[in-house]
Amino acid sequence: MTKEHTEQSPAEVEQRFQTRIDAEEKIEPKDWMPEKYRQNLIRQISQHAHSEVIGMQPEGNWITRAPSLHRKCILLAKVQDEGGHGLYLYSAAETLGASREEMVEALHAGRAKYASIFNYPALTWADIGAIGWLVDGAAIVNQVSLQRTSYGPYARGMVRICKEESFHQRQGYHIMMTLAGGTEEQKAMAQDSLNRFWWPSLMMFGPHDAESAHSAQSMKWKIKRQSNDELRQKFVDQTVKQAEVIGLTVPDPDLKWNEERGHYDFGEIDWEEFNRVIAGDGLCNRQRLAHHVTAHEEGQWVRDAITAYEDKKRQRADRRAA
Amino acid sequence: MTATDSNEAVLQYAVRLGDDALVLGHRLSEWCSNGPFLEEDLALTNVALDYIGRARMFYSYAAELSGDGRSEDSFAYLRDCREFTNLLLHELPRGDFAFTMARQYLVDEYALAFMQALLESEDERLAGIAAKAVKESKYHLRRSRDWMLRLGDGTAESHCRLQTAVDDLWGYTPELFELDALETSLVAAGVAVDSAALRPDWEAAVRATLEEATIELPQADWSVRGGRQGIHTESLGHMLSDLQFMQRAYPGLEW
Repeated sequence: MTKEHTEQSPAEVEQRFQTRIDAEEKIEPKDWMPEKYRQNLIRQISQHAHSEVIGMQPEGNWITRAPSLHRKCILLAKVQDEGGHGLYLYSAAETLGASREEMVEALHAGRAKYASIFNYPALTWADIGAIGWLVDGAAIVNQVSLQRTSYGPYARGMVRICKEESFHQRQGYHIMMTLAGGTEEQKAMAQDSLNRFWWPSLMMFGPHDAESAHSAQSMKWKIKRQSNDELRQKFVDQTVKQAEVIGLTVPDPDLKWNEERGHYDFGEIDWEEFNRVIAGDGLCNRQRLAHHVTAHEEGQWVRDAITAYEDKKRQRADRRAA
Repeated sequence: MTATDSNEAVLQYAVRLGDDALVLGHRLSEWCSNGPFLEEDLALTNVALDYIGRARMFYSYAAELSGDGRSEDSFAYLRDCREFTNLLLHELPRGDFAFTMARQYLVDEYALAFMQALLESEDERLAGIAAKAVKESKYHLRRSRDWMLRLGDGTAESHCRLQTAVDDLWGYTPELFELDALETSLVAAGVAVDSAALRPDWEAAVRATLEEATIELPQADWSVRGGRQGIHTESLGHMLSDLQFMQRAYPGLEW
């Protein structure tokens, strides 16, 4: 804390922080920040990082089975990008004083979450299309907005991530387009996938604004720049048109263009399902976490070997110097 | 050899090299989301991507030589075990991280020397593929050699796992340096690499690395061969059922 701050009352310090936020200044790692702002960011950024990493599983599950070498290479590169996003995000969270180890531990202990969409299984090749098109599509809408988030390292991470995500979304859409323009069987596969992933994608934006636990404070601190419902509407508006172009039907009988609002009206999300899946009733909840825990535990001896090797190398260098 | 015979021979040779790259790339890709830490997960899939890219170049060239409408995917997806002609070392299941890295190291020492020699091929297309592969293999080797040292000279457990891996792999290495009639004739034509000639340098390099990694040179009295003739370990069939699932379940479709 700088001298200037110590001479101010806590309320004044907080007020000064809020003034900076209101003036659209970015908060940087060494700046003073309210403890709750820090905690809120660690929670959000680590959850975002975990989502990128857990999201490698449903797609990784299809790398070995991709239907052509071309698709396989694209998918491999995409899944690598997701892992890379996980890395930037863990680093951004580390600037707030959380270690990667602590964050992974919180994930394994169930204290930290990841996007619940990944608790749905990727059963067919079309699901790889749907995940790219819808899941990455929804993620981009959120992330574009987060490019203006108040915490500098997070905002800059988002700028980088958005560039790659738009390539992911296009590759997913291209898979769906190919299927939709293929045989009846392929088109049915694409439609089935859209049917299963549509509503979970809308759920990715979280509860309605009125029910969102962290929203109000996050908006005030400009961690979040647009509300869950605003972002969800934006996603629906852009995605419905994309579905129409390739001749797929969005599985919502209440979906209708509203001329007056200039937006699509859409049906109510099954919030019971949303809560159930988050609470553990998804097809893959236990497997996703167990997979991550197993890989981490099986990697322990490798990580230990690196430490031991580096120690030995240092000792040898010290002996030579002595 | 007539021009047609020679065309067919180069095609088969390109397919062999494509098969080597594809099955190893597949094994590496199986590490996705299973790596010991995130950075390594990405590095392994990055190498997988290089190998699968390499397979595509060899297969595409073979497809062009065939002139019968086959594509890179025909070679990858529509052949059964007996038609795959990769060297066995590449197809072995990924095992633990020590097994994967030891195999990678043994392959990298070989692949780098092999691709450097292929640069001199009379066949410009093969030489062109080699030029790209050499750059990649240099980086792969730097990485896998580092891992040999870290694991060999790390903890007692990592040492033991690496020693076991090297012992289990050793009997698959003589096959790397054997030439059949096809390769012998292509070597004579200046097209193929004389892999037998690579052996002394390979052995010297491997010996030096094992020594630095405090790993004992295996005294293997066994060796297995057959890949170039389509005789494989049983693991390959399972890999193909995974790799080829979509093309087999939905024949003839575009994806």
